[in-house]
Amino acid sequence: MSLEQKVKEIVVEQLGISADEVKNESKFVEDLGADSLDLTELIMAMEEEFDVEIDDEKAQEILTVQAAIDFIKANQ
Amino acid sequence: MPRVVVTGLSAITPIGGDLETSWQSLLSGKSGVDKLMRFDCSEYATRIAAEVRDFDASSYMTVKEARRMDRFCQLAVASAKMLMQHSGLDKDVMDMAQCGAIIGCGLGGLETIEEFHSKLLKSGPRRVSPFYIPLLIANMAAGQISIATGAKGPNLATTSACASGLHGIGYAYSDIMLGRAKAMICGGAESTITPMAVSGFNAMKALSTSNEVPEKASRPFDLDRNGFVIGEGSGLLLLESLDNALERQATIYAEVAGFGASADAYHMTAPDDSGEGMALAMRQAIREAGVSPEQVDHINAHGTSTKLNDASETKAIKEVFGRHAHDMILTANKSMIGHTLGAAGGIESVFSVLSLYHSKIPGTINLDTPDPECDLDYCAHGSVSRNIRYALCNSFGFGGTNAAILFKKFDE
Repeated sequence: MSLEQKVKEIVVEQLGISADEVKNESKFVEDLGADSLDLTELIMAMEEEFDVEIDDEKAQEILTVQAAIDFIKANQ
Repeated sequence: MPRVVVTGLSAITPIGGDLETSWQSLLSGKSGVDKLMRFDCSEYATRIAAEVRDFDASSYMTVKEARRMDRFCQLAVASAKMLMQHSGLDKDVMDMAQCGAIIGCGLGGLETIEEFHSKLLKSGPRRVSPFYIPLLIANMAAGQISIATGAKGPNLATTSACASGLHGIGYAYSDIMLGRAKAMICGGAESTITPMAVSGFNAMKALSTSNEVPEKASRPFDLDRNGFVIGEGSGLLLLESLDNALERQATIYAEVAGFGASADAYHMTAPDDSGEGMALAMRQAIREAGVSPEQVDHINAHGTSTKLNDASETKAIKEVFGRHAHDMILTANKSMIGHTLGAAGGIESVFSVLSLYHSKIPGTINLDTPDPECDLDYCAHGSVSRNIRYALCNSFGFGGTNAAILFKKFDE
């Protein structure tokens, strides 16, 4: 499974939404209904899956699915 | 003070996923005790439990909502939704600021605690979820019910071990009497069939170890009883002021006549074997109702299947009712549904009310060999039809806490 697919799978799992709702440009809060606790947990799930560390400052810039994919690609 | 009536009931139990199934199973004497499946218990002294099987949270909420709840909250919210339907309370008509929720819970999200504690030890503090605290706290069942139903009145958990659910109903009743609310969702929810709970109760020698005969393990008031069987579930009532119920033409299942609460002031876990503390709670409920003990026809006993509880409870009942104790019919629902801990008082109150409403008393199963110390009529030979006017429901908990509620057949 590609990194992109894996990120999307985590988003689907964590936010309890269907796969076809998750697009690269989807914003976690505005488009996918995440709240602040969801976001924190989403970041944690990605840290765990991809063995990266995402500090709080960086996490605040990850607002879309694409941003998450880009960050993980650059830091893995 | 306003009269308080019961206008809705719901239950999810080891013998049924809803009220009607649970009630029919209870009347037919079906045991909900089976092999413990919720975790690998091969190393445990106790390998049986009364589990709620086939519960699918997504029938009652979205997948995301279910993920944000410990199982005890899922059970609570699912039963609250069934309760609202059963009561016919329309949140678009009712002023929901006048509707509260008090949901008893003995332990809270123990399964959540265990999961994240393992994670903390394995992966460090950065892996503990932001949902960990909101998932585990005992008042989250009440909180989630308010979100699910829109109930904006008093909202809290009562936590008094195995009496939690009954205390929830008692104090919800008080809130309506004092005019703080016109309707209250109340009862108890619990789901702690987990490694820590079973090992802890095992260490206390509190659980039955009759692993070879699960359906025979819970045997309240029987000579060969050897501990309780851990169960899980949720039992809720909608209490309402009589005026509010009449105004909306609700079906009234029973009236709450009185509530009593007391302490043993004796020991952390063992009940006072004189039965004095238990008797205090029962007497207070009867006194509050303004009736004489002879008017009480039925007791839905705490009856846990432990040596100590069943003997002490019998003694306390004889203390309160004297000779009349032998004329009453008692029953022990735990013989079939196991001990659902903080949910027990909720579930057993639901069944007490159904006994009044349908004039039917479910039997106590597995009472094969009478214990000389337990010499009352526990309805040991199957359910009976009996017109009863007043039914008492008892719950007692570790800490030496006691609660009793008296329900009355409703007549205007």
